[in-house]
Amino acid sequence: MARTISKSTSRRIELIIIGIILGICTIICIFPFIWMISTSLKSTAEAYSFPPTLIPKRPMFSNFKNGFAKADFVQFTKNTIFLTLVCTVGTVISSAVVAYGFARFKARGSNILFLCLMGTMMLPTQVTLVPQYLLYYKLGMVDTYWPMIVPAWLGGGAFNIFLYRQFFLSLPKELNEAATIDGANSWQTFFHIILPSVKPVSLAVGVMSLVYNWNDFYTPLIYLNTTSKFTVSIGLQFLNSSMGTTKIGQMMAVALVTLLPVLVIFFVCQKYFVQGIKMSGLKS
Amino acid sequence: MKRNKLTKTELRSAINFYAYISPWLIGFIVLTAYPMVASLYLSFTNSDMGEKADFIGLQNFIHAFTEDQQFLISFKNTLVYVLLFVPSSLIISFLIGWLLSRNIKGLGFFRTVFYLPYITSGVAVTILWGWIFNGNYGLINYLLSLIGIKGPDWLGNSHTALYCIVVMSLWSIGNNIIIMLAGIQDIPKSYYESAEIDGASTLRQVFSITIPLLTPTIYFNLIISIIGAFQIFNQPYILTKGGPVDATRTVAMVIFQNAFQYSRMGYASCVAWCLFVVIMVITVIIQQSSKKWVFYDN
Repeated sequence: MARTISKSTSRRIELIIIGIILGICTIICIFPFIWMISTSLKSTAEAYSFPPTLIPKRPMFSNFKNGFAKADFVQFTKNTIFLTLVCTVGTVISSAVVAYGFARFKARGSNILFLCLMGTMMLPTQVTLVPQYLLYYKLGMVDTYWPMIVPAWLGGGAFNIFLYRQFFLSLPKELNEAATIDGANSWQTFFHIILPSVKPVSLAVGVMSLVYNWNDFYTPLIYLNTTSKFTVSIGLQFLNSSMGTTKIGQMMAVALVTLLPVLVIFFVCQKYFVQGIKMSGLKS
Repeated sequence: MKRNKLTKTELRSAINFYAYISPWLIGFIVLTAYPMVASLYLSFTNSDMGEKADFIGLQNFIHAFTEDQQFLISFKNTLVYVLLFVPSSLIISFLIGWLLSRNIKGLGFFRTVFYLPYITSGVAVTILWGWIFNGNYGLINYLLSLIGIKGPDWLGNSHTALYCIVVMSLWSIGNNIIIMLAGIQDIPKSYYESAEIDGASTLRQVFSITIPLLTPTIYFNLIISIIGAFQIFNQPYILTKGGPVDATRTVAMVIFQNAFQYSRMGYASCVAWCLFVVIMVITVIIQQSSKKWVFYDN
């Protein structure tokens, strides 16, 4: 009896301690965003006052308008939406196709090629950077979206291929056989039977790819030069280096707006993100 | 007869295999395999953006190790960053993952909260952190002033700037947390139950059950984190441009500058290969050691 009481008390103490630690971590994770919202509504004078205020005395909604007027963010947003969609569709389709090849068919060299695929995950992007750039340069593709689009349609990253492959391997073989008996060829089987049965993976790959492409900074930074072709991340950096912290309110307002699509995708599709990561962790 | 039939299916399988993987295979040859060989070759040349590319032997490497101050400093900075970030990231993500696995209420909520910084990690959030670290009006120095400490200009001070980059990176490790949590949740409950019966304390269970059974996940996180951390670029590029006085100049930045600002393609390739070799050596060492400490349950 005494033992059970002490057990439930110790469980309660444990929960309190866990609650406090996780509570502090939650504040650390969330507060910067609150600070961002707060700063985005402050006048320059208020942002530069010490001690700082959390709730702006007079919310400056004009920061959003003025910030956006500093550079053509409407154009940047359009560019990014276009690029993100094209790359995401490419990633979902091409990584599924490639993964199906690795999962279902054997051929001479298939094992070595699979090792090559896994090896590319370990490869730092810097090693291939310069020759890739020179290649795109010779093809006249610098300052276009091709350097972002081409890799997405050519397999879309080893990681996504791996994710799909694991799921294709877990599908029952009978699925194929039934379709083959019905006279479907392998492509028909793939697009009509296999792909619809791994929808959760497609969604996980899709949402992760959306966010990845929306946030991507490095590739557009290297390849895009013309301002009208910028993506939001390059546009933000451009704005940041031109006005720095002089108009921090406007800067934060613009930054906040560029986060919104990611936040919306995240909250709507949270389930698939968690699924995607869990699957990635289990690979080891 | 039978043998003939078998080769036919084999042939069909091979055709299908290569047809399906062709997008990746083309990408692999053109965008990975060829560039790797090409960059190794370029690292022995003085290639610039033009047609000129003379073979100059080891000169790039000699220049890097003996004359280029930025090269050595950038390797030191990157190494310091990796050594600070990777272990802290593993420890923090394990601790939070473990706390989340303790049958708490609101698991979904916390998972969302910790994942949020990861999903939004981009230029916008980096600029936000620059503002938080601001020496005069930043949030951190305000909080420090409450307890009577006058904080430095974090990013403008060569002694603190690199640590700020580490802190910023640690803020967005939600991905690792969720991988750890998934790994912990995968451990069969029965192990804990029998340990409970034997009277093992919670701490004892963590060290004797959770951590050993989680080693495959820890190993995976370790490798991925190291490879990623060695390539740190965005935060120092956006916030400090490598300064003050090269305090945050990383290898990836040196490669970027040489390639795209000075058009020194040969030299940039040389630095990239040095980075690649360092990452390879460390990865192989960890891989070899993993046989001793990673526990596989099959």
